[in-house]
Amino acid sequence: MIVSARIFFVGGATSFRALFYWLTPWIYVPTMFISPLFQILLFAYIGRSAGLESDKFYLIGNALQYASIPCLFAMAQAIGGERYQNTLSAILVSPAPRIPLFFGRSLPVVLNGAFVAAVALLTGSLVLGVHLPASSIAPLLLVVLIAAFSCTGLGLINAALSLRIRENAVLSNVIFGFLLIFTGANVPLDSLPGWMSTAAQGLPFTHAIEAARQLASGASLGDVADLLGAELLIGVIYGVAGYALLRWFETLSRRHASLERS
Amino acid sequence: MNSLRFVFVSWKLQFKMIMRSPFDGIGNVIYPLFFATTAFFVFKAGSSPRTLIYASLGAAVMGMWSSVSTSAGSAMQRERWWGTLELLVAAPRHFSLVLFPSTLGLATVGIYNLVATLLWGRFAFGIPLTIEHPLLFGLSVVGTVLAFAGLGLLFAVSFVRFRAAWVLGNFFEYPVWLICGFLVPLSLLPAWVRPISWVLAPTWGMNAIRESALGGTPLPDLLLCLGLGAVYVGFAVLVTNRVLYDARARGSLSLT
Repeated sequence: MIVSARIFFVGGATSFRALFYWLTPWIYVPTMFISPLFQILLFAYIGRSAGLESDKFYLIGNALQYASIPCLFAMAQAIGGERYQNTLSAILVSPAPRIPLFFGRSLPVVLNGAFVAAVALLTGSLVLGVHLPASSIAPLLLVVLIAAFSCTGLGLINAALSLRIRENAVLSNVIFGFLLIFTGANVPLDSLPGWMSTAAQGLPFTHAIEAARQLASGASLGDVADLLGAELLIGVIYGVAGYALLRWFETLSRRHASLERS
Repeated sequence: MNSLRFVFVSWKLQFKMIMRSPFDGIGNVIYPLFFATTAFFVFKAGSSPRTLIYASLGAAVMGMWSSVSTSAGSAMQRERWWGTLELLVAAPRHFSLVLFPSTLGLATVGIYNLVATLLWGRFAFGIPLTIEHPLLFGLSVVGTVLAFAGLGLLFAVSFVRFRAAWVLGNFFEYPVWLICGFLVPLSLLPAWVRPISWVLAPTWGMNAIRESALGGTPLPDLLLCLGLGAVYVGFAVLVTNRVLYDARARGSLSLT
């Protein structure tokens, strides 16, 4: 039990520090603090130009959706990066239990994703002059945490795929793009074609963004409990699917001796 | 003539390499399409009289810029990773001439982005593809590509001392999309932003493409775009000299 806890917490944190290549301030600050701010501004101004929705709509949508960048990329690097460091085989040959091994790497990713989204919310609201009620701040932080958890589940699938494909950066960007369109971050779900808004119900962020918008409009945490429950459930489903995929690819890699394929 | 042949042959080689790269040849083409699609939905759902063709042209030039900004910043970094940077610097040609075909190749991929976005808008959103002045439109696209290549060259040589040069390239993607009037009219932006927009060639390239497509007078915008592109190249040559002088004096070219 203690070994598993050490692998989960200490191993996870060590892997994150070692393998998330963007932790240096030269990369972290522009990518995690400044780019989301410009994404918020870009869509807020597009919205103004198109005469659709308010600045608050785009602020919340994009601040939350941008958490997908750290969640998808960091998760892929925290597992797929082992291959580039030639340490993957050493890890997979170890008797370490796989659940704490893989999920331990997710915890720092969730916290980092939530931090990035929270900073984006703060800076975006300051720059755009959007007022968020003081009573909504704590619930919004919870929503941000749940959204990051949910997307990290998807990130685990992304990480598993990075064991099989070479260009994970392209895949991460493609997933980011789908989340940008489908989750209602910028386009109200009822303005999307029916099949897209239906598909959005199964994606991370859709329910969290809706919950955050309701909270920012004065709703209480209890009012959005069902949305948060749905977001959590989606995160759990993606997390379990990602873990299963990791185990499957691990087995395949052993069978076909393709672990180090790069 | 020798230099032109050199640029042409190098551009051809770079273009082939870029098209074989999953990140530059596929990722950089697909990625802006997501933003274009989102913008199309926003404009379609919005109440503004601004037409979808306006958004379509803007989104198309967004794609052109993406292919340059994301990868040009790290053009020298790539050479460094490949171990060819020192060889290229030591070549008898001026280094900026060696590097220009690389950023020109990236800018050329932008034409593919432009066509892909316009076709995507046409077939997925029914946005009409009417070009009022086809010849001027073609000239505007070529002029914009050349100016983008010049700006990309300036990025590439300016970022040579940074290990994380690719981040700086990425960093300029959103701001240029925002302040060069691709999807948002400059009049909507704060007044202090406009002078910054005016010194950026993408602003004038965008205007020239839009004017030629929608039936205006694109030539002044095109000339400004080309002029600024030439200024960027001039600056890039000066920066190259300075950066290489420093790198040689400190032995820091490889950043190892």
